[in-house]
Amino acid sequence: MQFWIIQGLNSLSLGGLLFLLSSGFSLIFGLMRLANLTHGAFFMLGTYFGAVALRAYAGLNIWVTALGAGIIVAALGGLFERLVLTRLKSNPLGQVLVTLGMSFIISDACLVLWGGDSIPVPTPHHLQAPTRLFGFAFPTYRLVLVGCAILAAIALYVLMERTRLGAMIRAGVDDRQMARAVGIPVSRLFTIVFCLGTGVAGAGGVLGGPILSAYPGLDADMLPLALIVVILGGIGSLFGAFFGSFIIGFIYTFGTALFPELAYIILFLPMIFVLAFRPQGLFGRLGT
Amino acid sequence: MKWILGALLTALLLLLPLLAGDFYINLASQILIAAIFALSLNLLVGFGGMTSLGHASYLGVAAYACALLTNRYGFDHGSAALISILGTVAVAGFFGVIALRATGLGFLMITLALSQVLWGLAYRMSNVTNGDNGITGLTRPAPFGFSLESAQAFYAFTLIIAVLAFLMMTIFVSSSFGSSLKGVRDQPRRMAALGFNPWMIRWITFLYAGFWGGVAGLLFVYYNKYIHPTSLSTTSSAEALLGVIAGGSGTLGGPVVGAALVLLLKNYASAYIERWNMLLGLVFLFIVLVMPRGIVPGVNALARALRGKPS
Repeated sequence: MQFWIIQGLNSLSLGGLLFLLSSGFSLIFGLMRLANLTHGAFFMLGTYFGAVALRAYAGLNIWVTALGAGIIVAALGGLFERLVLTRLKSNPLGQVLVTLGMSFIISDACLVLWGGDSIPVPTPHHLQAPTRLFGFAFPTYRLVLVGCAILAAIALYVLMERTRLGAMIRAGVDDRQMARAVGIPVSRLFTIVFCLGTGVAGAGGVLGGPILSAYPGLDADMLPLALIVVILGGIGSLFGAFFGSFIIGFIYTFGTALFPELAYIILFLPMIFVLAFRPQGLFGRLGT
Repeated sequence: MKWILGALLTALLLLLPLLAGDFYINLASQILIAAIFALSLNLLVGFGGMTSLGHASYLGVAAYACALLTNRYGFDHGSAALISILGTVAVAGFFGVIALRATGLGFLMITLALSQVLWGLAYRMSNVTNGDNGITGLTRPAPFGFSLESAQAFYAFTLIIAVLAFLMMTIFVSSSFGSSLKGVRDQPRRMAALGFNPWMIRWITFLYAGFWGGVAGLLFVYYNKYIHPTSLSTTSSAEALLGVIAGGSGTLGGPVVGAALVLLLKNYASAYIERWNMLLGLVFLFIVLVMPRGIVPGVNALARALRGKPS
């Protein structure tokens, strides 16, 4: 019983992390029709920033760090979008290749800067004591992480559904040409959404640090998970990213715990089923 | 002009073992293997309009299958090669059924995810694949009793297969099937209205590309006598894709030129700096921003412009 409950919580916290990673990916893909393969690298960059900052200054608050790293990563993402991606507007394949090239550059730069050893990220002091609920001890940090993901989901939902900016982004996702025609500055939206998506990934990287720790190859581990979440949930859909993240969180955690060698195979079974019966994804608004 | 170049190239390829030392002969063998691999990827990317970021899967599956069959299960090279190729085509068929549910960027993401699954398997399933240590102690086959241990013999063997691969793939794209493939790339709905089955045309191309990817994988593992999960990684797929795009996708010579350039760059660069991945990323940015159509179409356009307007 203890096993199932603890693994269930681990699944939830992994799902929360995956949501922070894949919601941005999904938004960027939905609006810009751009598979941002740098996304895993931006997440890893966030983790490294967090690891370095938290180890250097013992009193630093992880939430402040996450915010700071999110802003730095968002700025880097914005620069990349403005300087490189906008030049390739009419060349979607070129855009994907450039994001792939950028992910190689970032991950190699991390290797140069911080070496090949994994850097553990300390769990915040006040969250180290386990929480006791119904006679079971839960790691508090993981509970808090799930809460964070839910808060982020609510914030993104309000932003997308209840604000003017969100309405413009949705218009851009549904029909880019028509949105332009009614005077929505789609090009500026691209930059905003790219910054937002990469920033959330960077902040998620910091928050994931205490669970995952910073190591070279983290980007290559996370990117396929984000791809599977988005294929499963449906491209450009926040709900899809949310449900997809938790489904994959459960499958990956239990798969690794019960059948460690086959976890990767089990991971892509749901993707096959979804593609076979609903190619646009569970909550997809776009045809692929 | 074209014929003179062709004759020069043929002479160079044939005379190389007599002129050059082992280092350069081995380099040439590697280039030929990379060229076969890039040509097979080009069938998908250039002629089929299906940009795959998981082509290393087929190279890796064939290489791993051959390595395991010969090294662990005691198969002889002939039957191991046959089973490996058949297995690779089967994997390509299965992956094709999944990936071809989508087109465009969806296709790219699915191929990437699938190849990552295989990479993860090769890494984690260490009781079968030996994980991060890779599989060592492999041997080269001796077809009809000729040993391929020397650099010259292996080069000759690779050259024969590469020429065969180039001819077979040229015939494939210039056949009527190749024309329907290009039709499906440009106008899938019109092709469907004409009574063609776009899905089937794409799937058959996927199988064929997987087949030649598998052949490249066999040569790869024969050459290195070693296989490691890196061969299945995204970097490996991306190198091949960079070769195709740098050389010029949708042309027959382009991928060969591109693959040769990527390989030479990798060999020379890694002699001086360790940062191959960063260099690869920078070259990607450069090629896409500066030469989006690739080297061969660029040079062709230049040659046409020079001929049209003699200075």
